[in-house]
Amino acid sequence: MSEFLKLLENLFSIKTWEVIWPAILETLMMTTVSTVLMGVLGLLVGTVLLVTRPDGLQPKRVFNALFGAVVDALRSLPSMVIIILTLPLAKLIIGRSWGPGAVMIALALTCTPMFARMVESGFLDVSRGKVEAAKSVGARNWEIMLKVILPESLPSLVRSFTIAVIALISVTAIAGWFGAGGLGDVAVRYGYNRFLTHMMIAAVLALIVIVVLVQVCGEAIARGIVRKRRL
Amino acid sequence: MSEAFIQVRNLNKAYIGRGQTVEVLKDVSLDIDRGDIFGIVGSSGAGKSTFLRCLNRLEEPDSGEVRIDGSVITGLSHKELLAFRRKFGMIFQQFNLLDARSVARNVEFSLTVARQAKEQRQQRVNEILDLVGLTDRRDFYPGQLSGGQRQRVGIARALANEPKVLLSDEATSALDPETALSILDLIKAINRKFGLTIIVVTHQLEVIKYLCRHVAVLENGRIVEQGSTREVLTNPQSHTMQVFVEVNASLTGGFLQGGEGI
Ligand SMILES: Nc1ncnc2c1ncn2[C@@H]1O[C@H](COP(=O)(O)OP(=O)(O)OP(=O)(O)O)[C@@H](O)[C@H]1O
Ligand SMILES: [Mg+2]
Repeated sequence: MSEFLKLLENLFSIKTWEVIWPAILETLMMTTVSTVLMGVLGLLVGTVLLVTRPDGLQPKRVFNALFGAVVDALRSLPSMVIIILTLPLAKLIIGRSWGPGAVMIALALTCTPMFARMVESGFLDVSRGKVEAAKSVGARNWEIMLKVILPESLPSLVRSFTIAVIALISVTAIAGWFGAGGLGDVAVRYGYNRFLTHMMIAAVLALIVIVVLVQVCGEAIARGIVRKRRL
Repeated sequence: MSEAFIQVRNLNKAYIGRGQTVEVLKDVSLDIDRGDIFGIVGSSGAGKSTFLRCLNRLEEPDSGEVRIDGSVITGLSHKELLAFRRKFGMIFQQFNLLDARSVARNVEFSLTVARQAKEQRQQRVNEILDLVGLTDRRDFYPGQLSGGQRQRVGIARALANEPKVLLSDEATSALDPETALSILDLIKAINRKFGLTIIVVTHQLEVIKYLCRHVAVLENGRIVEQGSTREVLTNPQSHTMQVFVEVNASLTGGFLQGGEGI
């Protein structure tokens, strides 16, 4: 029992949170930047996947098959492998292949293929009839994309995005290996390497709180949109 | 002989599916006069929707020609086609409204696409909502409307750019008889008021009787019969039409009486 009380005491001691709090901020920083990157890239890739489908707005059969295969191949790789593969790319972009900046790019690229496929699938759920109605009044392809498909699929996009962001947060745990810090790093360094169980538990608790908050916010936004449209 | 407003010549369309080719339209030729309400009937799968969609090239015909008001639709480039489509309005069985937009903004969509200035758009939206009787619903979302009201929004959207032709694909098939009747009346009123040429695809004989002056019968992608509604209904030649008329006669009247054609 005294073991447990001691653990609790340690868990909520100032010393613990002096380590955890900066790690929370690091994780939030990392995920925020990667989230924005992933969001933009995923929407772009998802749009390209949708538009070039054989039955899409701008069919490109061969390209679509190849591009889709690349996206799926990336999706099937373990995130660790993708991070290792993308770090040289980060070096090209920001001149360094380690530290938070590089890891943020790698994290975004890790989750982008999955998010892109979810975006495509959300877009595909917009009924053909709505697209045809837009075409029938002479809408251009970009108008159909931006004014019909995107807004109509918004609730589903928000939900997909929520899932993708949570996946991204779970991958940030690996970021520690590449010198980017964060909660995952704390859990590994203190908890695993130094057997400081309370540190690990505190880090895990913080991660859980963040994930739950993201989920709750995402769901609230999606429901808000649906409610506004009285669906 | 003067040229008809809409001329369809030798239209062919086939879908190539797993190994087999389905010929959906076979050598379809038709003339439709300006200001006419023209019905296309046929059983399910006869190719009615495909035919209609070939007129504004939502579907690309394999061969043949469509001429509207002297211009060859089938020869237009993509950009010309977009401009031309604004001269068509189209309404659908499933309404196909945008759930993300209010009634007014659904109508405004057509005008934005046509690059109208904001002020003009607002004015036109008001006009057209007044025409279809939805002024008090302008800020509602489609999810808050009844089927009949949704179709009115569909009609408003289709008419926003003052098209010359209205294409209607089973526009009343998802509605109860009373609501369907009010929509048919609206379509009639529009035809009278603006001299709009209207092409109506339906499998409801009542709709033909009530609305159309001329009618063509599609059977397996071929036009097997056409003429004035009176001719075709009183002396049906095709199997499809004979069955239609027979079934209709065996029902007690049908919901619409005293139509335009009869
Ligand atoms: N995209 C497509 N690919 C393959 N076949 C198609 C396609 N669209 C339509 N068809 C086929 O073409 C035929 C005619 O279809 P169409 O929708 O024009 O019929 P319809 O007369 O409108 O029928 P309904 O009254 O049921 O609406 C059908 O046999 C259908 O299976
Ligand atoms: Mg049809």
